[in-house]
Amino acid sequence: MPTVSMTVNGKPVSANVDARTLLVQFLRENLRLTGTHVGCDTSQCGACVVHVDGVALKSCTTFAWQVEGANVTTIEGLANGDKLHPMQEAFRENHGLQCGFCTPGMIMSAVEMVWRKGSDLDEQTIREELDGNLCRCTGYHNIVKAIHAGARAMAGDRGPAQQAAE
Amino acid sequence: MSATGIGASVRRKEDFRFITGKGHYTDDISRPGQTYAYFLRSPHAHAKIKRIDKAAAEKMPGVLGVLDGAEMQADKIGNLICGWMIHSKDGSPMKMAPHPALAVGKVCYVGDPVVVVVAETLAQAKDAAEKVVVDYEELPAVVDCAKAKGATQIHEVASDNVIFDWHLGDKAKTDAAFASAKHITKLDIYNNRLAPNAIEPRAAIGEYDTGSESFTLWNTSQNPHVARLVIAAFVGMAPENKLRVIAPDVGGGFGSKIFIYNEEVVALWASKRVGRPVKWTAERSESFLNDAHGRDHATHAEMAFDADGKILGLRAHTVANLGAYMSTFSSSVPTYLYATLLSGQYAIPQIYCEVDAVYTNTAPVDAYRGAGRPEAAFVVERLMEVAARELGVDPADLRRRNFVKSFPHQTPVIMAYDTGDFDASLKKAMELADYKNFGKRKREAERRGKLRGIGFSAYIEACGIAPSQAVGSLGAGVGLWESAEVRVNPTGSVEVLTGSHAHGQGHETTFAQLVSERLGIPIESISIVHGDTDKVQFGMGTYGSRSGAVGMSAIVKALDKVEAKAKKVAAHMMEAAEGDIEFKDGTFTVAGTDKSAAWGDVALNAYIAHKFSGQELEPGLKEGAFYDPANFTFPAGCHICEVEVDPTTGETEIVNWSAVDDFGVVINPMIVEGQVHGGVAQGIGQAMIEHAIYDDNGQPVTGSFMDYAMPRAHNLPSFKVGMTMTKCPSNPLGMKGCGEAGAIAAPAAVINAITDAIGTENIAMPANAATVWAAIQKTQPRAAAE
Amino acid sequence: MYAFEIHRPTTVRQAVNLLAKNPEAKLLAGGHSLVPVMKMRLASPSALIDLSKVEGLAGVEVGSRSVTIGAMTRHRDVARSPELHQVMPALASVPDSIGDPHVRNRGTIGGSIANNDPNADYPAACLGLGATIITNKRKIPADEYFQGMFDTALEPDEIITKVSFPIAKKAGYEKFKHPASGFALVGVFVSKRSSEIRVAVTGAGANGVFRATVFEEALKKRFHPKSLDGVTLSTDEMNSDIHAGKDYRAHLVGVMARRALAKAVAG
Repeated sequence: MPTVSMTVNGKPVSANVDARTLLVQFLRENLRLTGTHVGCDTSQCGACVVHVDGVALKSCTTFAWQVEGANVTTIEGLANGDKLHPMQEAFRENHGLQCGFCTPGMIMSAVEMVWRKGSDLDEQTIREELDGNLCRCTGYHNIVKAIHAGARAMAGDRGPAQQAAE
Repeated sequence: MSATGIGASVRRKEDFRFITGKGHYTDDISRPGQTYAYFLRSPHAHAKIKRIDKAAAEKMPGVLGVLDGAEMQADKIGNLICGWMIHSKDGSPMKMAPHPALAVGKVCYVGDPVVVVVAETLAQAKDAAEKVVVDYEELPAVVDCAKAKGATQIHEVASDNVIFDWHLGDKAKTDAAFASAKHITKLDIYNNRLAPNAIEPRAAIGEYDTGSESFTLWNTSQNPHVARLVIAAFVGMAPENKLRVIAPDVGGGFGSKIFIYNEEVVALWASKRVGRPVKWTAERSESFLNDAHGRDHATHAEMAFDADGKILGLRAHTVANLGAYMSTFSSSVPTYLYATLLSGQYAIPQIYCEVDAVYTNTAPVDAYRGAGRPEAAFVVERLMEVAARELGVDPADLRRRNFVKSFPHQTPVIMAYDTGDFDASLKKAMELADYKNFGKRKREAERRGKLRGIGFSAYIEACGIAPSQAVGSLGAGVGLWESAEVRVNPTGSVEVLTGSHAHGQGHETTFAQLVSERLGIPIESISIVHGDTDKVQFGMGTYGSRSGAVGMSAIVKALDKVEAKAKKVAAHMMEAAEGDIEFKDGTFTVAGTDKSAAWGDVALNAYIAHKFSGQELEPGLKEGAFYDPANFTFPAGCHICEVEVDPTTGETEIVNWSAVDDFGVVINPMIVEGQVHGGVAQGIGQAMIEHAIYDDNGQPVTGSFMDYAMPRAHNLPSFKVGMTMTKCPSNPLGMKGCGEAGAIAAPAAVINAITDAIGTENIAMPANAATVWAAIQKTQPRAAAE
Repeated sequence: MYAFEIHRPTTVRQAVNLLAKNPEAKLLAGGHSLVPVMKMRLASPSALIDLSKVEGLAGVEVGSRSVTIGAMTRHRDVARSPELHQVMPALASVPDSIGDPHVRNRGTIGGSIANNDPNADYPAACLGLGATIITNKRKIPADEYFQGMFDTALEPDEIITKVSFPIAKKAGYEKFKHPASGFALVGVFVSKRSSEIRVAVTGAGANGVFRATVFEEALKKRFHPKSLDGVTLSTDEMNSDIHAGKDYRAHLVGVMARRALAKAVAG
């Protein structure tokens, strides 16, 4: 069994896992970080989205060993201590969630959307960029509103991947 | 209105845990010693099971049990049931076929669970399942509900596959009304089959404790008490007091998590068999196979009008596909939840509806957001729109001419509408939609080569389900009241135990708002407890837009009792007569004096009991109540959809959605609007892209999100939402319910708009680009020849 | 998922040797086609040879006459290449239409064309521009490379290292998305480079990506949407499924081709 080591939410972690272990299983089962969810088996729903070195990816379609040495952020690690991330705040303030199951993936996708597309997002851009995240409760109306507001609140934050590239 | 009371858009209390990844859904739970279940399911739509060979599988690494239906029967585990009795026209009871949790002797749909493998890991369970050999003898499959009657027999109890042939209304009088009609509008409708697809897949953990001989089930349920009742009393797993059901955070339901399913029953039974907790979590592909689907009705409907465009009568014949087995409440959906709403918002003197429910070799079909009412609204509102076009009348005008205008109004199909103002919601929706300038927009679109259309849907639904006596007389196996217990702690904080159970609706917030308003305490001091049969007294759960109108009414009743008791305590504290005690904004005062006592002091005094004799007044401050509604509630409204069709591809964009709903008194407008958005999105999904399809052999074709089109953000517009308000007279808060309205209203509005745009009378759902393009080829050959 | 071994070579040579030694092994690039089918136990490679550590496989190089994209270049990086946008925005638009943002963050051009999904976008771009698929062994013209759905000219121990696209002054891609999966229900890439005109179609064909020669002929007179007036594709070779019948697909090919042409002549 391969050993995988990575940094998750700022903490170094290491474990021997079966090669088949997907990143989402590693997070949920090995680390008990159950905020990252699984909603489908065809890489469509986006409930499992996490950041790997500042890039949003579907942790259900990535093996744990593929992110060896990387910096992984999950929904549990997004807030700065007690201070919620502006995108988390925006989802709460704008009622951007109902059952909450798709929410972690939505928020992680939204944060990276801002990193890629900037903080001044129009409705059409937000809707197109949400292509990889399914929600069955909200009709997306308030998610779009939340991301619009959250993006503004993130102004100036260009994300780790962008910064590394510069 | 206080900042956290009734009518305030309070931000949700439950959100903090969800936005930080700290929610607790069933699959997040790990029990010590937990094992994993994997279900081997039927690959055939219809087959006899000739032999099951488990020997090789049992020898696989990590395997703890390979169990089948025969063993389940040997352990005296009973079948799943349908809890609503429907009688056919001739008085005979519906033909409920045995529904074993693991197939016995035959399989009836693709996905029917046959064998469960329990192992140390899920991968081991799957590996072992591949070694199980099942010999099948395939039988011809029945798929299409319209052709089911008299096709290959699926169950012994139903020789022609008909479960019941039921009717409602007066046939002779309705036929007479049609005979005198000036105009008759006719329509054939197929209400497409849908996969519910809550984003959280179903899951269950069964655990048996040998010491106490009791079971615990964690599951993704909208109604854990009903699950316990059915699994105890009908399946016979354990006595009710030896079974605890816990439904923690539930990630969406839309009806699909009401029902009692094979997998949770098997997880419980297997946990006793293997002596360890057994966990099962559906993969999405399993959800497509085995979650109860929605709709799947084929209807022929007719509406008769007099010379003034007044409706004389409506008649409909519906064939309802209930799938391979009767799911928990399946029989109620195409009958009392459907035909009773065929009067819509209109005064219709005569209505007659016949419904044939049939078995097919497809997944069971049961309630899905709206459950029967979307099907009814679709029939009525499509007929109205087509009739308006045939009669050359403005569709708004034809509706107005026929609206029910005085209340109460008794329809010919059981329901007695208590209140409403249909003119008001229509008018407001037309303003919101800027209806008067539609012509201008249509011409402007034409210049861009696009076809614009507009469609109305003036829906009504029956919610607040339901008066127990009434539903009992209609065949329900349970009462549909709700319970509440209000527990005041010595420090004055409050726990409310409710039989309702949220799966996204925000009860922890709205229920707390009610208590905050009544007791004058901050909502932070109020906790809502639900979803655990060991903590909460019996309750009926959340579906049918009932948790406000019924669940909160029970809380009101309990709060009334709490207040009455607290006044007694306060009277003793302040040495005043009980009748002189007044309670407002969290303070008890004695009329005509300056004496007062704060809520917290009274709560403390209730528990320390120093100021009164325990013989005279019981210590403590905790009251329970059961509320049984006096009537259904009747949310109603008008949704207007405006579309733009690209005739070259058939692509349809919703350019404007205006929803005006009358939900009675609204507790939290932010949450209510969110319910409208979500419901409308599901209705648009049904109308435009969603369809669960089986091929002629009963193989599912839409078995994943790669083939089953789910509404995504870019398929939908932002919605304009407005409200009108007539207070519901039958419950203390005046609430009507809002959870299903959007899904009920939307499909007809979309189809009315698309058919208006492309100039065709009818189009099948889902009206996706391919369907719309094909329809355009028939109506506008020139536009299509780009 | 079935058990498998992991190999993480750092050079193409190592990767090729591993592939030669493990005939049941699969190369892992972005993994967004392979991992889902492994999860469903529809694929059972004995080993995964992960290409992410192999040096020199990623990057977009813009030359004077061609653009070369390394096999492991992710869709996101191709879509965001400013140099590519400068010389051939039509090609940059192709990866931007693939899947969703998360798929684009992981998926690669090499993975896409090695898989040759009949609804994938990149095969249309390759065939529509007359690209050259460069492997560890040879250079394969796109016209010879795509051999039917999920079928290519690649030999068992052959690895795509890069793809070279000739720069076409006039090019355009237009896609009609599958309502559920977001793949191309129909996608058409058109290009004109000196006298060579290409119209490549993905999603529609019963046998994968193909060139619409009747359209190419019609466009020889004038490279303009109007030249396709009255020109229709035979429905015979069209794919048909629950989402679109043959006639609708054939019709959409015409619509998408006109729209792609409009972009090409405007750009």
